[in-house]
Amino acid sequence: MSAHNPHRREVAVSPRSFPLREWIMLTAVALAVGAVFLSMGTPYSVRMLVEASCYAILALGLTIQWGYAGQFNAGVMGFVALGGFSTMLFTVPVNHAFWDSDLPGELGRVLLYLVAASLAVIAASRLNRLGLPNWLRTFITIVLALVLYMVVISQFRAVTDDIQRQADFIGGFGMPVWLGWAVGAALAGGVGYLIGHICLGLRSDYLAIATLGIAEIIKAFLKNSDWLTRGTATVSPLPWPVPGPGELGFTLARAAYLSVTAVMIAIIFVLLQRAYNAPWGRMIRAIRDNEVSSAAMGKDINRRRLEIFVLGCILMGLGGAALGSFNGLFDPQGYLPLNHTFLVLVMVILGGPGNNLGTIFGAVAVYIIWIMSEPLALYVMDLVTSFGHTHFGWDIPRNMESRALQARVFVIGLLITVVLRVAPKGLLPEKVKHHD
Amino acid sequence: MPLHLLRGDISVNEFVFFINNVVIAGSVTGSIYAIGAVGITLVFGIMRFAHFAHADMMTLGAFIVLLLTSMFPSAGNAVGMPTAIVMLPPAIISTALIAVLIDKTFYKPMRVHGVKPIVMVIASLGVTLMLQGLIRLFTGTGSQSLYVDDRKEIFRFAVPIEGVRMPVVLTEPQIYLFVLTVIAVTALHLFLSRSRLGKAMRAMSDNPDLARSSGINTNTIVAVTWMIVGGLATIAGTLLAMDVTFKPDLSFHILLPIFAAAIVGGVGQPFGAIAGGFVVGFAEALAVFNWNVLLRPVHDSLPTWLELPSNLAFVGTEYKIVVPFFILVAILVWRPTGIFKGKVI
Repeated sequence: MSAHNPHRREVAVSPRSFPLREWIMLTAVALAVGAVFLSMGTPYSVRMLVEASCYAILALGLTIQWGYAGQFNAGVMGFVALGGFSTMLFTVPVNHAFWDSDLPGELGRVLLYLVAASLAVIAASRLNRLGLPNWLRTFITIVLALVLYMVVISQFRAVTDDIQRQADFIGGFGMPVWLGWAVGAALAGGVGYLIGHICLGLRSDYLAIATLGIAEIIKAFLKNSDWLTRGTATVSPLPWPVPGPGELGFTLARAAYLSVTAVMIAIIFVLLQRAYNAPWGRMIRAIRDNEVSSAAMGKDINRRRLEIFVLGCILMGLGGAALGSFNGLFDPQGYLPLNHTFLVLVMVILGGPGNNLGTIFGAVAVYIIWIMSEPLALYVMDLVTSFGHTHFGWDIPRNMESRALQARVFVIGLLITVVLRVAPKGLLPEKVKHHD
Repeated sequence: MPLHLLRGDISVNEFVFFINNVVIAGSVTGSIYAIGAVGITLVFGIMRFAHFAHADMMTLGAFIVLLLTSMFPSAGNAVGMPTAIVMLPPAIISTALIAVLIDKTFYKPMRVHGVKPIVMVIASLGVTLMLQGLIRLFTGTGSQSLYVDDRKEIFRFAVPIEGVRMPVVLTEPQIYLFVLTVIAVTALHLFLSRSRLGKAMRAMSDNPDLARSSGINTNTIVAVTWMIVGGLATIAGTLLAMDVTFKPDLSFHILLPIFAAAIVGGVGQPFGAIAGGFVVGFAEALAVFNWNVLLRPVHDSLPTWLELPSNLAFVGTEYKIVVPFFILVAILVWRPTGIFKGKVI
């Protein structure tokens, strides 16, 4: 419409038509990648790039939640773990010790009980329609729920103990990798829907608390459900969507994997970019910037919020699945808030929330710094302790390596607070179009 | 009704077991959550953001106590109390000052800048990571006992009923915990209801603009709030560390229960937070308790088709964290204002 109207034109915030800032940043990242290639060798660097690309998908998921819609998800780790779990469950070869026994039938029976019990409780909660007083309805529902829960969970424990004893764990489904990724994305989206449904009507603090909690719960579940995930015993190897290192060699196989993730990022990027500029994206940003006026314009605020939150969670599940497959190992204990929530957060707020290009740039740049900081932290710590030992006669405490790595926790925290203060819009800020 | 149920002497042992595992354990975790949740709710009410660094402030307080205790391990003997308790006042003062300092360096510039509350939440996550990193840099990641030089006393109270073999067990830190909780709650109540500053705090929590325009110095109130929050965090952290051990990776596990407690009690309501803390603490204890123990006396009289499994706990201890989350979700769905009608902000 605006093209036909000579009085309306779109101007970007920056008067320059040449995106100088973008080019400087991207050149810097390219130089850093080149330096890593030269110093650490090709296989290592390609691995780093694959992991960075998986993180970029996670960061894109967070940037639409935080940048487009102003929702803060403090539990990225949980959605990443769900993606990893789903790819493990779907792609690991079939465990015949489990499927040839009568255990699948037992498990199915318990799941049937669960469905029946849920239906019974739901029915009890509707008893007031038959004329029962509300307090009696509530009382009956609660007692029935507790008793039925106890019955089902006891049966369930018995079956899972049998599975663990007889078959180790239920194994995978032996399906293609892309299916595992798709289900991982769907699973993360489903959990996101439940959380969002409860919290998005309230202020965003509640969402942060709830997501933080659900992430810890998902991790606890995956860690302790030995019948499903082998728990701390871990599952490996997970198949790749491309021929593995055994067939192509490390460098080539990783490069093939990188091409898969790069294509995914390209597709996601194009779609998100279009969504951002579409009326839908404008509506999302309008809600973020002024909730009251968008509500007055008749926008369904909670519905739009739920949409974008679920979309972000789907991307996180997808990125987590890609990351899980690439690691080739499913270890629930390996999911840490620092590595899978706060690192992603730093990528987004440093790169530029709401700017997809900035987010991808932030993901690659921060991941390079993160990977390189490990040897650096150890080296600095080594230097400090040897200096202290020779000059002041300090005795070096044990487990210095693990402590040195804690310095990185401090640095991530410092980075978050400093960026929020100094460059709250990130290095590549969101470009807001103004209409005269 | 079977006769042996009425005789009592069989079921009393189970009842004592119940007291030990639910009443005492629930009060212990409940008190710790309560003191923690009061801090959360004060920040929530006065500065209007969810302070995610509270759990690490608790760890920081316990860490300062640990530091002082290792420096003067025998200070407690002079007074006849555990050294960690003797070191509590200086630790409270230093944590309170650190809390004010953190506010001045990290939160105040943002507040002055007028950022959205959710940005403050993210900043507090940054602070929590910084505290975590610093504490672990000094202590390593392992756990340590706050009883450096002295011994943890364990009291066993025999129940004066015939045939009861099981004593009621209380440990020394638990007794200190109960005493200190009562003192802290009473002091807080007197402060908030009697003193000028406390009244000003409540006014600011209710309506900050009105408070400012009626001449209340909001900067002072904010500083006082941080001091109280830091002090309470030290008490909660130290008593938790004394009851079990000092662990630097406490934070994300205790954040959820104390947030749940604060929201259950109603955000901005200190007494609601205390009630919420006990609700969450007892709910956890009841959920992990194996109810089969209590049913054991009636086991023989049950019909044969009803075979009770040996584990009748609602959740295993490894899934304890589900309980506060469930409470949080339930309260957000049915009554987001909390039981004491707090704010929904």
